[in-house]
Amino acid sequence: MDVANSTHPQEWPTPLKAETRALSFSYGNRLALKNLSLPIAEYQITALIGPSGCGKSTFLRCFNRMHDLYAGNRYEGEILLYPDQRNILAREVDPIEVRMRIAMVFQKPNPFPKSIYDNVAYGLRVRGTSERQLLDEKVEQALRSAALWEEVKDRLTARATSLSGGQQQRLCIARALATDPELLLLDEPTSALDPIATASIEELLLDLKSRVTILIVTHNMQQAARVSDWTAFMYLGELVEFGLTKQLFTTPSKKQTEDYITGRFG
Amino acid sequence: MDTSSVAEQEAIPISKPDAIEEAAARRRARQRRERVIEGGLFLAALTSVATTVTIIAVLLSESIGFFKTVPLLDFFTDTLWTPLFANPHYGILPLLAGTLVTSAVGLLVAIPLGTVAAIYLSEFSSSRLREIMKPTLELLGAVPTVVYGYFALLVVTPALQRVWPDLPVFNMLGPGIVIGIMIMPFVISLSEDAMRAVPMVLREGSYAMGATRLQTAWRVVVPAATSGLVAAYVLGISRAVGETMVVAIAAGQNPNLTWNPLEPAATITAYIVQVALGDLPHGSIGYQSIFAAGLVLALMTFAFNILGHVLRKRFREVY
Repeated sequence: MDVANSTHPQEWPTPLKAETRALSFSYGNRLALKNLSLPIAEYQITALIGPSGCGKSTFLRCFNRMHDLYAGNRYEGEILLYPDQRNILAREVDPIEVRMRIAMVFQKPNPFPKSIYDNVAYGLRVRGTSERQLLDEKVEQALRSAALWEEVKDRLTARATSLSGGQQQRLCIARALATDPELLLLDEPTSALDPIATASIEELLLDLKSRVTILIVTHNMQQAARVSDWTAFMYLGELVEFGLTKQLFTTPSKKQTEDYITGRFG
Repeated sequence: MDTSSVAEQEAIPISKPDAIEEAAARRRARQRRERVIEGGLFLAALTSVATTVTIIAVLLSESIGFFKTVPLLDFFTDTLWTPLFANPHYGILPLLAGTLVTSAVGLLVAIPLGTVAAIYLSEFSSSRLREIMKPTLELLGAVPTVVYGYFALLVVTPALQRVWPDLPVFNMLGPGIVIGIMIMPFVISLSEDAMRAVPMVLREGSYAMGATRLQTAWRVVVPAATSGLVAAYVLGISRAVGETMVVAIAAGQNPNLTWNPLEPAATITAYIVQVALGDLPHGSIGYQSIFAAGLVLALMTFAFNILGHVLRKRFREVY
């Protein structure tokens, strides 16, 4: 569908950090995403909601070319990354180059089997930074941004797996932030966490949006309503509705959206 | 009485006491059958334990006779091993050195090559290539060790002699390399299993940070698989230490206290074969010496297995 001409044409976000244009994606012969066009507002939080299997995670993973890791996947359409308006799905674009600009946090905390420090320094080291002083600075900065510094500053050499689930997920956020990404992707980052840890991550996201554009997938509608500025509702691989979160949750323009957010299905 | 039988009884009308009796009889018969099966399974499990215990008992009892004649101190400090000479010496060090040098050469070949090959198979190769490579590698393990022995003597050593013309026909380098080739399939197979067991989400985490395949394999997958890799190496070490035919054929039969792999030297296993093939009278000191040597070998393997177990626990990752 053409979102730009939907019922809220005046609420088209600006400025944009990224934009998908007629994005389709298939796993082998199975078409998982159908013709999605969606804007991602800069320094704002965009949430993707929808029932299980609607393709929201698949959509998110297109942004850092995660699907390139597996054979038989195919993208169509474009994902433009601003300000350079580069189509990151283009064949000549190296996925590693894309992942250098766009960081991701996964559903389940996945700290590497290394120390807390080495986890956060991982992205920088992969990029060839080895200067100790710079690493120290960046690691502290990232851990502070992820609101984890006070809890771990005395045990940076401890194994990352010794942290609690919520701390591990904040560590993964710190790891993602350490390389100053332009866009932060979060794939249901709190689904494996308890309510207190969830609340602290949500608070963190609100703090972070002044510095990084955030795209978050969540199956928790309250979470989308609490943290996001813009919400996209997806169903069966299609974008059903996109708009300001406040508007989408109070006066959805589509029947399907209304049914989903009122809990009638999904 | 357990709760299920109470339920059974309640389900049966009171007017039929026979039915209760029948159900109880069926239950007794079932329990008898299960006890028989359980006993059979226990005996099967006992076989391996009993074998191990018997071997240790035989090694110990024959060694006791040996150590009554030979003081332990001499056994571990004497630098000569000549139990069959007129003037016998019983120092295990020359044989131990032979075993350690050939095993070390083997491990220097098998661990680096095996690990790199496993990384390739697990992280880089296509699944089709992996499906061809793994069975082929495992086929290498099916080659009889005597073939490897002559391969060392007739192919590897002559090839090495082109590099070192002074290399004797019997030496420890050639058989050591062949031991490495021989245990490599095990190291590869087990290491690859360990790396494939690393959850995909860790790899994805690394790729998402902009890492290359090599960086992901080397900095994330290998550290995460350490416990399995250590297990693979320890299994390789145990096999290298216990390897017999290759060294008996190609490393020489003379105990020789040296750490230089270019020299010939007998290993513990080679000595055992040499003596066992001869016609030493039962109960003689020469006969007993092979049990003492065997005991040392068994203790070494045991020590490596314990070390492996400790390292595995130490590096176990909770995914």
